[in-house]
Amino acid sequence: MSAAPESMAATPAPVKGRSLWVDAWNVLRRNRAAMVAGALIFTMAVLVVVGPWLSPWDYAQTDWDNVSIGPDWESRHYFGTDALGRDLFVRTLHGGRISLLIGVVATLVSLLIGISWGATAGYLGGRVDHVMMRIVDILYAMPFMFFVILLMVFFGRNILLIFVAIGAINWLDMARIVRGQTLSLKHKEFIEAAEAQGVASFNIIRRHIVPNLLGVVVVYVTLTIPQVILVESFLSFLGLGVQEPMTSWGALVNEGAQEMGTAPWMLVFPATFLALTLFCFNFVGDGLRDALDPKDR
Amino acid sequence: MALLEVEKLNVRFHTPDGEVHAVRDLGFSLERGETLGIVGESGSGKSQSMMSLIGLLSANGRASGSANFDGTELLGLPAEALRRIRGRRVGMIFQDPMTSLNPYMTVFQQMAQVLQHHEGIGRKAARARCIELLDAVHIPAAGKRVDMYPHEFSGGMRQRVMIASALLCRPDLLIADEPTTALDVTVQAQILELMREVRRETGASIILITHDLGVVAGLCDRVLVMHRGEEQESGPVDDIFYRPQHPYTRALLAAVPRLDRADGRRLAALGGSGSAAEAAAAPVQVVRTAPDRAAPPLLETRDLKVHFKLAPERLFAPARVLKAVDGVDLALHPGETLGVVGESGCGKSTLARAILRLVEPTAGHVTLLGDEITAAGKKAMRPHRRDMQVVFQDPLASLNPRMTVGTIVAEPLQTHFPGLGRAEIRRRVGAMLERVGLGPEHINRYPHEFSGGQCQRIGIARALVLEPKLVICDEPVSALDVSIQAQIVNLLMDLQAEMNLSLVFIAHDLAVVRHISHRIMVMYLGRVAEIADRDALYERPLHPYTQALIRAVPIPDPELERAKAFAPLEGDLPSPVNPPSGCAFRTRCPIATPRCAVETPELRRIDGHLVACHEADRPRAPGD
Repeated sequence: MSAAPESMAATPAPVKGRSLWVDAWNVLRRNRAAMVAGALIFTMAVLVVVGPWLSPWDYAQTDWDNVSIGPDWESRHYFGTDALGRDLFVRTLHGGRISLLIGVVATLVSLLIGISWGATAGYLGGRVDHVMMRIVDILYAMPFMFFVILLMVFFGRNILLIFVAIGAINWLDMARIVRGQTLSLKHKEFIEAAEAQGVASFNIIRRHIVPNLLGVVVVYVTLTIPQVILVESFLSFLGLGVQEPMTSWGALVNEGAQEMGTAPWMLVFPATFLALTLFCFNFVGDGLRDALDPKDR
Repeated sequence: MALLEVEKLNVRFHTPDGEVHAVRDLGFSLERGETLGIVGESGSGKSQSMMSLIGLLSANGRASGSANFDGTELLGLPAEALRRIRGRRVGMIFQDPMTSLNPYMTVFQQMAQVLQHHEGIGRKAARARCIELLDAVHIPAAGKRVDMYPHEFSGGMRQRVMIASALLCRPDLLIADEPTTALDVTVQAQILELMREVRRETGASIILITHDLGVVAGLCDRVLVMHRGEEQESGPVDDIFYRPQHPYTRALLAAVPRLDRADGRRLAALGGSGSAAEAAAAPVQVVRTAPDRAAPPLLETRDLKVHFKLAPERLFAPARVLKAVDGVDLALHPGETLGVVGESGCGKSTLARAILRLVEPTAGHVTLLGDEITAAGKKAMRPHRRDMQVVFQDPLASLNPRMTVGTIVAEPLQTHFPGLGRAEIRRRVGAMLERVGLGPEHINRYPHEFSGGQCQRIGIARALVLEPKLVICDEPVSALDVSIQAQIVNLLMDLQAEMNLSLVFIAHDLAVVRHISHRIMVMYLGRVAEIADRDALYERPLHPYTQALIRAVPIPDPELERAKAFAPLEGDLPSPVNPPSGCAFRTRCPIATPRCAVETPELRRIDGHLVACHEADRPRAPGD
């Protein structure tokens, strides 16, 4: 046997194999910003679920004695009330349920469809790619608002429909980005090596292509979550989204912005929650991207 | 007085990981008209030392010491003064002519820029001068070509343009940084010849930076050997090659396979750290397998063709066809190594991919172990893949950056033996890694943590873990330094003997191919020019192309190189989209006859060779 390479330091004990995911988790754990942000998101999620029960008020209930007041501990309106006398604390948390749910679910949906669609089209190429990408183009060409209105007309107003509508539009971007990346990966030698070994197409996509897409995908996801939350608030504003008295962060910020001069708390509290959440998602995304790139360790 | 006097040159780089001392106490002097070769492996500081002289270090680098160029101290010279020296007094030629020419400017615009800046001459005069120089570097139709863009030139022509631009202001010193590394050997021979001519006619001094000892032997008067930023040895070229003093120089010379020798000496493998003691030890005979020619061939191709359809030049024009592989027959016996050589673009890599079914053959047959695999679908192909594996050129790119070494080597096992338990997989992976010289502690590391040589070991482990019968190596050592190249070649030959492998070894380095192969196939424009046993091919090449290829390889032996008196093969490889009629080689062939333009030569058996040439059996004057 030829000369031993230099870095063959002696570490005798048998070494257990680790996967990319275990390694990534170990790196992520050391990233303080990402861990703090992750913990904050978790706290936020718990808070929006259990929070409303901590207040005596209901999100649709009007307190005629305290219309449009600032934060007040005596009447237990911690964040104040809005112009209709509804408790802002409960409404903010309630809105958080909708916003977080939409942000996470719609993004996951677009992630799942987008990655599998784009990676499959890009890797298989040829006619399959053509057909799959033309479908994307056709859906792209449909005006978003028209699509939403159509859904509303056919199925009536329903919160689920917002998920469907946003998810159905967002995965298109993801599919395009993923396909482009896949095309450039496809001719890398390690993909050829896998083909030469006889690895099945599905496993090549799963084990070789998708993990190498994660850097781009994660960054895109951190952009998508805020975008989705904002799209929802836009829909609500048009009267196509969440309907009163139900609410979301987008809708609350929108209302608050109109009362900014007279009742600033109506803007400050929901906006802080929204901004904090988006901030945390960005930090977690950055951390994930670094953790999933072995070169960055 | 010497033209350039360098003393105690030190180059340091500040990096986030601390200071890197790239060049330590380098000193040399260069006389007028002298050619100095600076030799070393990658990372030896040979390029950085020259960059520091002309003020082209990256921003985090600092140089100290002294460099006296014709009475001017270069180090610490203000940027403006340095700029006046660069281009006018010192010309530079870089490795990759495509990246050092601006793709958006015509050759004239780029060259005129230099003239206007340094000499302030007018457009018309500049044009005349450019054409004159392009003419001098033998660019045909220089008057027309001067207005073309770099992509309209071939690699060799681009390097000629680079040389012409370096010569614009008649510099006293030419610095050539790996000027021929990116070129094919036949083109390399042309460029080296041109550099000799330039030296003869301009009397300029040349500093040639290279890793190729053959190039140094042919061109340089004196040689400086560098390793890890330090000078190891310097002296006249004959002393370095015939009487090397420093163990590192000796090791470097012993690591290079020699085209002109078939002594079966094992290549000296310098350790990654360059421990020279081992390399200087007595040469060992290589273990060479004896191919079993009586057995039925392991791999056979018959009339294999791969044609690619290209987009038509105009709308509605017929699609153009690129015939990458155009009718190749070969047979490989158990335990045999078949070397495949040829210039880039001759179809050797496409041939490998067609055998592996990574590209679909257009026509013809591939037979592996008696089974026809040309028509096999993906599923039917899978069991055959266990017998047939591949090692790629770029060691790092052929490993998935997001998989650990353990999972990379385990993947073929999981694919072909899904029933295998985890413990068993781990055992086999560990054993395989050990066999290629890596330790079990490496399984959790990622490819980028390894050096190029180690990555190639991982690639070999992945190919061999299934215990295949055939391994196709597509330029496995081209991207590696000579010492690492020697390690990998030795490893492949050891493993071949241990596992009775058959190898298809594709390379453009004829010396390496001679060292490792039993039989060699020479390809030209998708067709086989000649197949013969290795010694027969190198000692009595019959095809004029084989002869030209072999003569073009620089040999690390100054006397042999000086004695070489021949005109290198002219011109470039014709486009495979529009190959010449008849014999594809006739446009560059020194002995072509009218018949060659009409009739495509078939492979004929002459003297134990298989040759595709009408004139191969006609007696010719030696050295034709």
